[in-house]
Amino acid sequence: MMDQGTDLFSKFDPLIQQRQQLLDAGIEDPFSLVMEKVLSPTRAICNGRDTILLGTYNYMGMTFDPDVIDAGKQALTDFGTGTTGSRVLNGTYQGHKECEDALKEFYGMDHAMVFSTGYQANLGIISTIAGKGDYIVLDIDSHASIWDGCAMGKAEIVPFKHNDIEAMEKRLKRIPEGAGILVVLEGVYSMLGDVAPLKEMVAIAKRYGAMVLVDEAHSMGFIGENGRGVAEAEGIINDVDFVIGTFSKSVGTVGGFCVSNHPKFEIMRLVCRPYVFTASLPPSVVATAATSIRKLMHGSNKRAHLWENSRILHGGLRNLGFQLGTDTPQSAIIAVIMPDLERGAMMWEALLKEGLYVNLARPPATPANMTLLRCSLCAEHSAQEVQTILGMFERAGKIVGII
Amino acid sequence: MDRAAVESTIRRLIEPFNKQGITLEDSSTFAGDLEFDSLTVMDFVASIEDEFDIIISMNQQAEIENFGQLVSAVEKLQN
Repeated sequence: MMDQGTDLFSKFDPLIQQRQQLLDAGIEDPFSLVMEKVLSPTRAICNGRDTILLGTYNYMGMTFDPDVIDAGKQALTDFGTGTTGSRVLNGTYQGHKECEDALKEFYGMDHAMVFSTGYQANLGIISTIAGKGDYIVLDIDSHASIWDGCAMGKAEIVPFKHNDIEAMEKRLKRIPEGAGILVVLEGVYSMLGDVAPLKEMVAIAKRYGAMVLVDEAHSMGFIGENGRGVAEAEGIINDVDFVIGTFSKSVGTVGGFCVSNHPKFEIMRLVCRPYVFTASLPPSVVATAATSIRKLMHGSNKRAHLWENSRILHGGLRNLGFQLGTDTPQSAIIAVIMPDLERGAMMWEALLKEGLYVNLARPPATPANMTLLRCSLCAEHSAQEVQTILGMFERAGKIVGII
Repeated sequence: MDRAAVESTIRRLIEPFNKQGITLEDSSTFAGDLEFDSLTVMDFVASIEDEFDIIISMNQQAEIENFGQLVSAVEKLQN
């Protein structure tokens, strides 16, 4: 007979308990919300209520664009539901090439590689290009996909304090001469919605002979004159060796990519395991992505309106007395800092009852153990909707006693 | 710097992070005895790195659980 073994799930007991306590307090489960019907990029029926969506990454509102939908339908009809294969075997269709062409044009770069998700793009590129004996110098607040890419590779991992230029330089200075260095930065950090001082950081990284990878997931389509991201806005995109991005935010579907001018970049298709050992994106997805990316090239009016929304919501919330993650509106994300998880969950629920969905973010996803209500705006939110949202925040904040 | 000097320097650097005033032994652990969370670890490691002008990569940090191991690691890294 076998002994009574250890339950491998016992390590999750503290989290199970904490979650049960929240639910016992009568709060709707923030992590089990179901959208029964999606009416537009900014409206859905959530748990039975007509709700304004202020917690999606649908920054440019492309999910219901008629041209994008038509492209997807046509690809479904012409190419079927899926490729059932890897990009390097039977999984590269005309649509995948067209999608990569659209990316090359969007960024003005020589190479583009499409992954099945943004997570896999970071996982694959980072773990593959930085090997044993190389160094990865990265911001401590980097996204989980960046950390997982580090963990999967064999390089030495050296984090520095968030957005701290001096701390980054000190670490670069101490790396043994001759070692390969990859500096990993993000344009917009998604928890607080703050941007990186890329101009200074990239210049320093180059001075120490490092290659630079910038994740522009939360800035694509919105920040920079052509929507290429913070690196474009700061005028240094040509010094960035690898830009990582995703289709699941401004582009409005799912998938990830890396664009680069590195002359040997195409070899990645053979050596990058998260690219090789998974099925490629369905034809309808790459068709919608390509169409959306091409439309985003001409999205300057939408970009201007989204900036306007961001400024009004940021100023309005600050005037109401909420504590925000940034002093100024820096992106389409505005993080409202909650005093603790319990009141954060109460506030989240009060907003949902008002008819507003925001993201509840909690440790370990958040920096400094903060509980955040993360608001992400959409170019399709009307000026009037932003005012409605501010009214909802005011009522909910007073009910919960935060303002 | 010899081992004794490294040890006394690290003792001084730990002080602001040693909130409970634990008496440090070689076997004192950072996660258990000193109750360091990940943020404290980052700040503490940065202060050691700056003092000795070294890098303690996360790969190396994973091998360091107690005070004695840290002193040995720093002693080795500074050469």
